[in-house]
Amino acid sequence: MKILAMTILIKDGRVIDPANKIDGIYDILVENKRISKVARDIDTQADDIIDATDKIVMPGIVDMHVHLREPGREDKETVASATKAALRGGVTSLLAMPNTQPAIDCPENAQLLKSIIDKTAKANVFICASITRERLGRELTDTAKLKKIGAVAISDDGSSVDNDELLLQALKKAREQDILVISHCEDKSISARGVVNLGIVSTRLGLRGIPGESEYKRVQRDLQLAEKAGARIHIAHISCKESVELIAKAKKKGIKVTAEVTPHHFSLSEEAVLGFDTNMKMNPPLRNKQDVEALKAGLEKGIIDVIASDHAPHTENEKEIEFERAEFGVIGLETELAVGITELVKTGLLAWPDLVEKMCLNPAKILGINKGTLGEGSDADIIVVSPNKEWIVKKEELVSKSKNSAFLGKKLTGVIEYTICNGKISYQNTSSL
Amino acid sequence: MPVAWTRKDLLGLEDLSKEEIELLLATAESFKEVSTREIKKVPALRGKTVVNLFYEPSTRTRVSFEIAAKRLSADVINIATETSSVRKGETLIDTGKNIEALKVDIIVVRHNYSGAAAMLGRHVKASVINAGDGWHEHPTQALLDIFTLKEKLGRIAGLNVSIVGDIAHSRVARSNIWGLTKLGAKVIVCAPQMLIPLAIEQMGVEVTSDIDEALSNADAVNVLRMQFERDEENAFPKQLEYFKDFGITQERLEQAKKDIIVMHPGPLNRGVEIASDVADGANSVILEQVTNGIAVRMAALFLVAQANENISHDNID
Repeated sequence: MKILAMTILIKDGRVIDPANKIDGIYDILVENKRISKVARDIDTQADDIIDATDKIVMPGIVDMHVHLREPGREDKETVASATKAALRGGVTSLLAMPNTQPAIDCPENAQLLKSIIDKTAKANVFICASITRERLGRELTDTAKLKKIGAVAISDDGSSVDNDELLLQALKKAREQDILVISHCEDKSISARGVVNLGIVSTRLGLRGIPGESEYKRVQRDLQLAEKAGARIHIAHISCKESVELIAKAKKKGIKVTAEVTPHHFSLSEEAVLGFDTNMKMNPPLRNKQDVEALKAGLEKGIIDVIASDHAPHTENEKEIEFERAEFGVIGLETELAVGITELVKTGLLAWPDLVEKMCLNPAKILGINKGTLGEGSDADIIVVSPNKEWIVKKEELVSKSKNSAFLGKKLTGVIEYTICNGKISYQNTSSL
Repeated sequence: MPVAWTRKDLLGLEDLSKEEIELLLATAESFKEVSTREIKKVPALRGKTVVNLFYEPSTRTRVSFEIAAKRLSADVINIATETSSVRKGETLIDTGKNIEALKVDIIVVRHNYSGAAAMLGRHVKASVINAGDGWHEHPTQALLDIFTLKEKLGRIAGLNVSIVGDIAHSRVARSNIWGLTKLGAKVIVCAPQMLIPLAIEQMGVEVTSDIDEALSNADAVNVLRMQFERDEENAFPKQLEYFKDFGITQERLEQAKKDIIVMHPGPLNRGVEIASDVADGANSVILEQVTNGIAVRMAALFLVAQANENISHDNID
C-alpha cells in the first residue's frame, strides 16, 4: 500500500542552513518526506502552505543528550512523552542516553529500546549504548553488535569510567568501529556527596560543594586517553572554565575532541540555587559567573561545538523534597532553543547561523547522522520559529511528563510555530492562533 | 520602631534587614520581663497552637521554644522523629500538611537538612520558625547571642566578635555572621583550616586559624561546640589537639581584653573547646544566654503569628 505523500510549502522565511551556507529569504518545498526544493518564489500547489514571513526557518534541532527514562522509569518520562515534548521544543532528532533500567548495554536491551522507539516515538530517536556493562566501569560492552542494532555512540553517562586502561581500550575499539565515545567527566572521589558548586553559595547555604576539579581533572585524563587511542571523543555537559581551556588546547594540538554545553550551564550561575530551589540542582552543578562567562566565550570561539539539553526528567516526589535528597537534573527539550536565542543570539554573542550550527548541524556531524541540514534531498526535519516573540515558561504548559525545569516562570524569547518531522507537520503552536 | 514585621516565617537572618533584626531584639526585650513575674504568663498567643517538629535530638532548643510558647499562653505539642510517622517514610511536606490540618498556627522545625525549614514554609500556611536546618541557619540562637551581647555591652555596632570552632558545619556560625555584620559588628571566624568553608570572607568576615589573634582585640568570643559525633568526613582534629590549639582557656583570656564576653550555644564539651574554669568564670554569659533564649523565642513566635494573620496565602503550594 502506498502512503499518500504530503507536500508542504514554507513561504518567505529567513532560511538558515549552515551546511549549505544559506542564510536568506527562501521558500522550501517538502515532498515525499524530503526537502525537494529550496529556492526563491516557488510557485506550486501544496497540501499545506506555511507563511513564514518574518520567521526563521531552520533544520530541526538535533539534541545529542536526552534521558528518555524508558525502559524502567516510565513514571518520569517515556519515549512517547519525551518525543512529544521534543517536537514542542523544535527537536526532531535526539540521542537517547543509556542509563535506563536496564541499561542499554547488550544487543537484547538495545533491541528492546529500538522496538519501543519504533512503536511509540514521535520524533527521530538515535541510540547511545553504554561503554561498560550495567555502566559499572568493569567490563566493556560489545560495541560492534550494538552498532549493528543502531547505536551511534557509546557513553556511561551519569558515571565516568574510572579505570584508565578500560577507557583506553574502549576508545581504541570505538575508533576501529567508528563509533563516538561520549564522556561524562566526573571524578566521584572528588565530587563525593556534594550537591552544589563549591564556593560562596555552598558556604552560604550550608551544603556540600562540588569543585570544578572533579570535572576538569577527568576532562584532562579523557583527552590524554583519546589522544593515545587516536580516537574521537565528545565531552558531555561541560560546566567550568578549566574544562573549556583544556578542550581549547586539545583542539589546537589536533586531538579529535568535541564538546557540549547545556542551556542551563551557560545561562544560570550558582546564585540561582540560593533559596534551595531543587530545580537548580543538577550534575554538574551550576557554576560561578566566571565559569558561565567562559562557557559563553567557548561557544563564541567555537571551542564548544554543541548545545544539548541533558533533558533529565524526575517526578515531583523526587524533586519536591529536601535539597540534599532531591535528584540531580532538569528537563530541557522544550526550552533549549528559546534559552539559546535569549541568552546567545539576542545578546549578540552568536549570530543565528552559529546557533543553528551548534544545535543542528554540529551534533548531526559528530554523531554521523544524516540530519541537521535543509539541503535538497535531505530528510524534511524543519522548524519555523518566531524569533522575537516572548513567552513565559509555565509548568502546566510543559508537555514532558516531568516538570522539573530550571526555567519555570522565566520569560524567554523565541517561539517554535511549526515543527515538521519526517515531512509531516508534527507540532503547531496553537497559542498564537 | 518604624519597621513592621510582615513575614509569615522566620527562616534565617540572611533574609532579614537590620531593622527587622532590631525589631526582633526590641520585642524580645519587652518580653524578657514576663519571665521575672510571679505568674510568668501573658495572653499574647492564647488560643494559638505551636508544634515543635524536631527531626534531630535537641533538648535545650526544644524546651526553650516550649517554655516561650507557654509563657505566651499558646498550646504546645512536641513531635520527635522517633515517635512519628516520619520513620514510616512520610515526607516533610506531607508531615507539615498533616500538622496544618490539625489547625496548628506555628511549626517550629529542627531538621538535619539545610533548607528544610524554607521548603516547609513554602508549603504550609502555618508560620514556620527555623530551629536549625543542617549547616545552614539557626536564627533564634544567633538572636539570643546578639541579644545577650547587646544587653552586656549596650550596643552591637563597632564590636569585635570572634566565632571560634567548626565554622564549616555550623548553622550557629552562619546565623551569627549574618546578624552581627548586619548590625555593624566586625566578625572574625577562627578554626583549623579544614573547618573554614570556602569563600566565607565574602560573607563579610575575617578569617584566621590563630586563636590568639582571634582573641587579641575581641569584645566577645562565641565558642562553638565541636560536634565530634557528626564528623562524617573525618575532617576534625583530635579532641586533645583541638583543645591545645583552639580551646578557650584562662591563660588565653588573660591575653585578651579584660571584660571579654565568653558565649557558648551549648551543650558544652568541657576541656574540648572550652576550659571548665572559663565556662564557669566571670567572663562567661552562657547561662544568661539560656535565659535570654526564652525572650527571643517569645518574640519570634509572637511576631510571626501576628504577621500571619495579616497576609495572603496565595503563593503557598
